[in-house]
Amino acid sequence: MSALLEVTGLVTEFALREGVLRAVNGVSLSLSPGEILGLVGESGSGKSVTGFSILGLIDPPGRIAAGSVRFEGDELVGMPEDRLRRIRGRRIAMVFQDPMMTLNPVLSIGTQMIETVLAHEATSKKTAFERSVEALSRVGIASAEHRLAQYPHQFSGGMRQRVAIAIALLHRPALVIADEPTTALDVTVQGQILHEMQKLVAGSGAALVWITHDLAVVAGLADRVAVMYAGRIVEEGSAAQVIEAPRHPYTRGLIDSVPSERARGRLSQIPGTAPSPLDLPAGCAFRSRCPRADAMCSALPELAGGVRCHHPLC
Amino acid sequence: MLALDNVSKRFTRQLDAVERLARALGARVPEHTVHAVDRVSFSVSEGEVVGLVGESGCGKSTLGRLACGLHAPSEGEVRYRGAPLGGRPLRAIQMVFQDPFASLNPRMRVEEIVGEAPRVHGLVPKQGVPEYVAELLRKVGLDPAWRRRYPHQFSGGQRARIGIARALAVKPEFLVCDEAVAALDVSIRAQVLNLFMDLRDAFRLTYLFISHDLGVVRHISQRVVVMYLGRVVEIAPAAEVFARPNHPYTQALIAEAPRLEHRRRSYVPIRGEIPSPLDPPAGCHFHPRCPHKMARCEREAPLLREISSGHLSSCHLNDG
Repeated sequence: MSALLEVTGLVTEFALREGVLRAVNGVSLSLSPGEILGLVGESGSGKSVTGFSILGLIDPPGRIAAGSVRFEGDELVGMPEDRLRRIRGRRIAMVFQDPMMTLNPVLSIGTQMIETVLAHEATSKKTAFERSVEALSRVGIASAEHRLAQYPHQFSGGMRQRVAIAIALLHRPALVIADEPTTALDVTVQGQILHEMQKLVAGSGAALVWITHDLAVVAGLADRVAVMYAGRIVEEGSAAQVIEAPRHPYTRGLIDSVPSERARGRLSQIPGTAPSPLDLPAGCAFRSRCPRADAMCSALPELAGGVRCHHPLC
Repeated sequence: MLALDNVSKRFTRQLDAVERLARALGARVPEHTVHAVDRVSFSVSEGEVVGLVGESGCGKSTLGRLACGLHAPSEGEVRYRGAPLGGRPLRAIQMVFQDPFASLNPRMRVEEIVGEAPRVHGLVPKQGVPEYVAELLRKVGLDPAWRRRYPHQFSGGQRARIGIARALAVKPEFLVCDEAVAALDVSIRAQVLNLFMDLRDAFRLTYLFISHDLGVVRHISQRVVVMYLGRVVEIAPAAEVFARPNHPYTQALIAEAPRLEHRRRSYVPIRGEIPSPLDPPAGCHFHPRCPHKMARCEREAPLLREISSGHLSSCHLNDG
């Protein structure tokens, strides 16, 4: 199957007073239609900036310094803004962490949804309204027609996130990028959203990039997992492979630091903290925290066989 | 050591001028009262780690504040070593807060943040403060040379450690940790959880560990208290709660929690969301979402009863 999304050598930089911050440093990804990719990393690993870069949502002082993002055969990097706008929201949609920030508090849900439909399609307001009703019911919101007249503050957190998902799926996009969409939600509500997402993606054949810090969420949802550290992908593979038999010492460390039935008593921990992205060490960025590091690690390892490490675990 | 006896906490919003006027003219304007905590009883023994789990709005943070005397209960009594707290904070009970950004004064140096309370309480003489702070910083895994820095110069994990050092500075016996690791990255969270365990041994501390994260609670606590909409629905030893959850809410909570062991699972969620605590459902608070609902659940609130040794649950299903 040909790839739906092909990211190669993506570099996104932010020119700050303190220097150039390279948030994404040579990320390559590919995604087939219908596939779910979990993009996992801790804060500052560049996972969200990767998502924003795919959509061309990087504002100055940030810029995509190198690399290419090919989507359905078109190059998105350097594409004029008016053409990008036709893809964004229609072919690629995004769901953000905080639905209170993505929804306009002074417009009713209906106004916002109808606006979204009309932005990409020349159709009547009536059709747009019907489409919105249908979209809301699809994400499990009861009495959708009545709810469309309400404002974001009249919805609970979980409901708001459903609305955001409904808006994202209005145009049946080929690709959905979801940036920590369940992080702000309660466990039982998170379960519901994951359930809806799974159903919707399977039903529409859309591919999904699920950006999260939570390996456990990805374990149950994704086909493939890519782990990011300090702006680079350090490990990539099928969800089963990465979580059951991680090969990068960082992935191993991450998995071991999650409290679970297997780990009683002291948790194993990764020593130290992630290096500042303004001041990355040469070579492998993880080497100062890595139990396996040696002199070889001062040279940057290539991503080979799904892992970027000189001394992978087997 | 700490006992809560039928503790309730209600928050009532004062009527504004228009509503008071409407009332004076004979209109029926109800006062808005939130039953944040509704007749909760449990106790924590010396040296124990009790985990308090629940979702947002269940009253777990309010309960934490009641436990360390930051709130006075509306009804019932909080007793510490037999003496009622009466809503006055005790030096022996300290709190560690969730947000390592909001809970540290950005204009104070670490030395002042950690050293202020012990100096005020007269635990250390003024000239001894720098040395005392340095010692505490070492204990929580920070470089004492950083004590002249401001909070913004630290990472999230380091700020969490500063918050812990501040709580430890007044030599407490009991720590209430309110989502103390929720804002931290996975690898940092493991470090801080380990720190909590080490400190417990070093200072013989007792914890009330409040968290929405079942994995964290399972890991750190010996006993678990599960709350839903202001009420305790289940209390049991940690291993027992996870092996044999009794209350349908606890069962759902455990089933919903994403786990590393699950692969491409299909999520089967429980219905609905947590109702507003302003207007909780009658009877058992959980009945609108419960898969085992009976007619009785809509009328009568179940009592928290012992179902096996040390395992309490409040569900009508246990009445056979």
